[in-house]
Order: sequence, then C-alpha cells, then structure tokens
Amino acid sequence: MLEIGLIIRALMRNKIGALLIALQIALTMTIIVNAVFMITERQQQMQRESGIDEVNTFYLTNTVFEQDYNLQAAMNRDLDIIRQTSGVVDAIQINAIPLSGGGWSMGLQTDPGNDKDSIGTAVYMVDQHALNAMGLELIAGKNFTPEEIQWRETSQTTWPANTIITKAMAQSLFPDDWQSALGKTVYISQTQPIRITGILKNLQAPWNGWSGVERSMLVPFHMESKGSRYFVRTEPGMRDKVMPQIEKLLAESDKGRIIRRVTTMEETRKRSYQRHNATNKILMTVIVTLTLITAFGIVGLAIFSINRRTKQIGTRRALGATQWQIMRYFMVENLLISTVGILIGCAGAIGLNMWLVDTFALTPINFDLILMGVVILFIVGQLAVLYPARRAALISPATATRTV
Amino acid sequence: MFSYYLKIAWISIKKHWGLSLLMVTAIGLGIGTAMTTVTVNYLMSANPIPHKSESLFYVRVDSWDVNDPFDDGKNPPDQLTYTDATNLMKAKKAFRQNVQSQAYGVIEPDGEDILPFMVSARANSSDFFSMFDVPFIYGGTWSHDADDNKEMVIVLNREINERVFGGENSVGKTIRLDGNLFKVVGVIDTWQPKPKYYDISTGAFEESEEVFVPFNLIAEQKIRRSGNTNCWKPSGDGFEAFLASECVWTQFWVELRSEQEKQEYLNFLNAYVNEQKRFGRFQRPLDNRLDSVMQWLENQEVVADDAQMMMAMSFMFLAVCLLNTIGLLLAKFLGKAPEIGLRQALGASKATLFAQYMVESACIGIAGGVLGLILAQFGLSAIESLYGDYMKGLASLDVTMVIAAFVLSLLSAIIAGLYPTWRACNIQPAQQLKSQ
Repeated sequence: MLEIGLIIRALMRNKIGALLIALQIALTMTIIVNAVFMITERQQQMQRESGIDEVNTFYLTNTVFEQDYNLQAAMNRDLDIIRQTSGVVDAIQINAIPLSGGGWSMGLQTDPGNDKDSIGTAVYMVDQHALNAMGLELIAGKNFTPEEIQWRETSQTTWPANTIITKAMAQSLFPDDWQSALGKTVYISQTQPIRITGILKNLQAPWNGWSGVERSMLVPFHMESKGSRYFVRTEPGMRDKVMPQIEKLLAESDKGRIIRRVTTMEETRKRSYQRHNATNKILMTVIVTLTLITAFGIVGLAIFSINRRTKQIGTRRALGATQWQIMRYFMVENLLISTVGILIGCAGAIGLNMWLVDTFALTPINFDLILMGVVILFIVGQLAVLYPARRAALISPATATRTV
Repeated sequence: MFSYYLKIAWISIKKHWGLSLLMVTAIGLGIGTAMTTVTVNYLMSANPIPHKSESLFYVRVDSWDVNDPFDDGKNPPDQLTYTDATNLMKAKKAFRQNVQSQAYGVIEPDGEDILPFMVSARANSSDFFSMFDVPFIYGGTWSHDADDNKEMVIVLNREINERVFGGENSVGKTIRLDGNLFKVVGVIDTWQPKPKYYDISTGAFEESEEVFVPFNLIAEQKIRRSGNTNCWKPSGDGFEAFLASECVWTQFWVELRSEQEKQEYLNFLNAYVNEQKRFGRFQRPLDNRLDSVMQWLENQEVVADDAQMMMAMSFMFLAVCLLNTIGLLLAKFLGKAPEIGLRQALGASKATLFAQYMVESACIGIAGGVLGLILAQFGLSAIESLYGDYMKGLASLDVTMVIAAFVLSLLSAIIAGLYPTWRACNIQPAQQLKSQ
C-alpha cells in the first residue's frame, strides 16, 4: 500500500496526538494481558477437585461443655443417630474439613531421623466409614477395618500403624513410581513408622492457598475430644432436608454440648474461594472498562481529526478518491498507531509480569496470552475507528469547493 | 476575571458536550478505581494505635530446629513456646508485659430462658488492657496477683454483658464458663482495632474476643486454648508434656518507654537465650527480635498481596484515563486555534489565555473528581460485598480520603491540561487570521 508513507508523514505533523493514543493502547495492553493472566490462574486453582462428593455433604461442630461427660459413648451414640436418619448415606467424626482453612498438618519422610527431609501433608482422623461418608475414591490398597480404629486422647503424640494417603502424596514421597508407595513404611513425627495401606485418587487439604493442597493422609482415629466435627453425606437431593433434622436430633439428644456451624461443603467451597472470586470479578470489570475507555478515546480523537480535515477529505474525494479509499486511510492510520502501541504494550506486559513475579511470587506469563492481547487490541482499534472513518467517507466532494 | 473564565469554560464544555462527557467519565473512572484501591490499602496499613505504636514490641526468639530453620532462617518463629513465654513473664524485665493465647469456651447463663452459647476468649496477662488501651465501661483489669494466683476472674465485652446481664454493671457477679464459675472484674466497651495488631496469628482483620481471662488458667485447664500451634520436635503424651514441649503457640508483647529500655530488654533476651543454650535448647544462632507494632505488621505482610496488586493496576488505569484526557483536550484546544488567534489579535495576553484554559481543565477535573468519589463509594461497597468478612469495615471513605480524591483529581486534570494549554497558547495569531 503506497499510502503508508503518506500517512506516516501526515502523522509526524501531529506526533503528540498519535503518541498519546499509542501510549494509551500500550498501557491498556499491559494491564489487560496481566489481568487476564491473573484471572486464568485463579480459575485453574478453583477448578481443582476436592475429591469429595461436595453436592451431597455437610458437617457440623460439636462443642462439649459439661464437666463429667462420657465422650466415647456420646460419639458412638451421635454417629448412630445420624447414620440411622433416613436420607443419610453415611457419617463420620473428623478433625478437620477440606478447604475450610483450619486443620492439622504433619510431615512424612521415607527415612527416620530428625535430620531427614519430610513432606508436609494434611491429616484427617477418621474411621472406616470415611470413604463412603466423603465419597472418596480408593485407587489402590484397602480401606481401614473396624479393628484398626483407635481412640486418640487430646495431646496424644503416638500414631496408628497404618495410613491411607492421596496419590499426590504418594508421588511426592516416591517420585519414581507412586504405585510403589502401597505397603511401604514411612515415618511420621520424624521417627514413628507408619505403613501405607491405601491410596486415594484425590482429597484436598484444608488450605487452598498451600502448594501441597493435594497432599492428605487419613489415619484411623476416633478422637476423645470436647470439640469435634461430624461429616455427613446424604442421598442425592436430600441434603437440605436432612441438615435441620440432624441439627435438631443432636441438640435435643444431649444438653451437655452445643451443636453449631452446620455448613454444607458447597458453602465451604464458596467461602474458601470467595477472595479468588472477588478478585476475578474486579479484574474483569477493570478489563472491560479499560478497553471501553481506550476505544472511546480512539473514537473521540478520530472524530476530531476528521472534523479538522473535512476540507482536505473533500478535496481528495473531489480529485477522485473513492469512499473506501478515505475509510482505508483512517483505518491504516489507526493500524500504524496501534502497532506502535502494541509493541510498547508487549514490552510493558512482560515488564509488569516480571515485577509481579518478583514482588508477589506469581508464575511467569504464558506467551499465548500476549498474542491474544495483540489480536484483541488490533480488533478494538479497528472497530473503534470504523464509525469515524465511515463518517469521513461520507463527506461530500462538494465540500472542497466551499470555504469553511 | 475568574468568573468570566468560568463562563467561557462552561460555554466551551457545553459546545463539545460529548467530548467533555467523555473526559469527565474517563477522569471519574480513573479516580474512582484509584481511590477504591488506595482506601483499601490505606485502611489495611493503618496504624491501629498511633500514640504508642513505637513503645509496644512483639517479642520473638529463635527456638527452632537447627536442622530445618524456621522460614529458612530469615525469621525466628512467629510465636513463643509456653516455657519461654512464662519465663519471660516471671522475669518482669519490661515496663509492662503480656503473654497471651486465643481460647474459647461455652457460657451457661443462669435461668432456663437463655441457652448455653459459645464465646471466643483471650487468655492474657493483667497488663494486656493497659498496654493496648482497652476501654472499660465497668470495673477494670484484674491485678497482677490474680495472674500469679491463677484467680478465676473474667473481663467481658459489651455484647456478652448485654446478653448475660442485660447490660447492667456486672462487676462482682459470677458467670459459668465451661462449667467453672468466674468472677466478673470488668466490662469493656466496643473495641475493634483494625488491623487486629495484638494478635494476627489467625488473621489480621478478625473480630476481637468476647471474654478475657488470666493466661495462667490455660495450664490449670480451666480454659481451652485455640489458635495456631506449630511444632518441630516430637513431645511426650499428655497436656503437661505439651506445655513443656518446643511447640510455639503463645504471643508475647512488652511495653518499653525509651530506646534505652529497649536496648536493655534486648540484652536481657540475649542473656536469657544464652542461658537456655546451656540446657541444650536454642541451638540456632542468636536471633532475638523486638518489633514495634508497625514493624511487626509489615513483617507479617498484613497488607494483602491482592490489595497491592490492585493498587498498582489501578494507578496504571488512572494513567490510561489521563492519557485519554490529554489527547482529547489537545484535540479540543487545537480545534479552537482560530478563536485563540482572534483573541490574541484583540489583545489577550498569553497569561490570560493560559489561565482561561487551565480553568477549563480544572472544571473538568473537579467534575471528574466528584464522579470519581461516587464511583469509589460504589467500588468500596462492591468490594465489601464481594470479599465478605475479610474486608468488613475496611471499605469506607473517611475525610482524608475524600480530600485526597479531590486533590488527586484536580492534580490529574491540571497535569492533563498543561501540555494542551501550552500548545494552545503558542498558536500564531497571524496564521490563524490569514486562513480565515
């Protein structure tokens, strides 16, 4: 296209105006590429499966305050009440809830000793009903047997003989072959042996921001504790009906304790990722408004420059330029300005990402996203200039003959 | 003269109303976003106790595993062991000192009409209330003797006093907590420092506790402790063994009134750790820290990463809006070249023209600022509803922020107007008049 030289020469006469638009495009690109990147990162985190049948499960907290209280008998009676309620699939006592933010962690290591590296894992104290009550999938080994379940006292520091771990935990312990983990003895609390008797497909830890969120272990414990939780799974569609029933049954069966925080797993997931969701919505709003502002800026400036050049456009039309040629002039002009802006924007996007990586330990950006930014901003620029260019094309050749 | 400039500015703004609207919207959006994120950051990093934040110090000592240092050796553990906290407490080397932990329990009010309910509790020392300026409605703190003698005393907050005693002066009455009778010695007024600097171990913007009891009652098992517990060395079974273990779960604050007192306390800490080393504890190199309130909040990175990232982005957003405004103003002012030429020919000085176009820019800036404030208000309530409890009470504009918004918008508009105005003033009148 021969007119590119011409357009550049015309642009050089109003460098500042063109530069302003280019800078605006560059900054917009810098921001939206990084914002989209941050959104996709969060979305990937939110899509990880907890391993639990989240739709049909809920839990509640049981806080005992009576002085002389038979904790063991009470737990057995409570679980009987819950399991016998119609609509309930299964129920367990548990020490912590996945994704809830609060729980226990321990380290497992393949060699004993306090100078060996250990791998952190979430600890869930449960009985043989856990797989059924949480809807977990066992991919190797076997479930706990009733005989394995021990009573754990508060502040007890010894651990049972067996454990079931997640596949992610097995992979971390035995990076070469996770399947070899089954039957192996590893060490908990630096020196206590514990044997891996089962492997779960997945079960998330209570902390969604932890890099080891996929690493969990089940240990066969009932807890003799004044503060514990019951986790309940219901038949599909029965959860909302069963929840208040169980709360009432438990509260009325025993006045020496308080039943509180009856919460569904769905609610827990929502809470857990509330900040992720909020940040994503805000970033989305930023992307949309910013793109609109830039687009309107382009429209405003183009209309102005066309108004100022009405006479010249008329003259070109009178000398034989077609409407399409006039339109093309402004579209190519925008293309040139956008190119400069987008080139600066690419550098800016990478620069901002490098700063984010440095300051907030984010991961480096994906180059596909930068490419996407390039395409989107070219399209936005062209769409924005379309209306002013169309207006320019409609300027009548007769304008040339008139004085202003 | 000024009112004349205003009049001309108004005519010009009206004439190009579409363009003016675009500029006001751009500045408004930019200011609105910037103010929203600045407010959140400002409130997150606020000094919760300005008049004495420099004399309150959080104590840390490095009791951690020599084979696997805490935080890769960059920081000592963020809490103390029970052993160290009680030793430091007994030494009483600071002007005031407070050992504390989170706790909880169930209150059983007298009478059948109120059901037992759960309360969040703090187990702390007598000095807690004077160190952190906790306001009392009735009574006051318990005595140092009550700490030492493990007396069953309790301080309630306003809501619990309302709920159990109907809001009357309950000092001297008893209340049943986890089956034990406690004597009420004080009732505090609503007290919610933001950030909750005195204990950020489970979140910096949580609600303050509902009842307060002497720390030593934890060891007596008269109150149940909660909060963060972090252990590196296995301990024996049972509660006694847990108390004697290397697990960290207590927080320790001291009040020191001068640089000299601080130095003396640090010397004391070093001497204490060196003495403990003789028992085979503290195998890591000496790393004792005294952080003032603001140093501590900064060390613990109380301002969320998200909030900082958002602020950085929103300032870039504002920059885009300003570039937009500069471009549009430039186009607008240059479009007026003939008018400017005419006025210059009629005797208007450059200074006059400059003043007039700056007034026009400032008008757009102020309008943008007003719009920005309205948008910031919306932005903050949106943030509050999106983030829920986490941002509760953190999202409100105060006078400082309103003034800041106006200054920012005016400044932005003037900066945006500067170059276009300068260009407009340098238009050659002769050329403009000729072309007409």
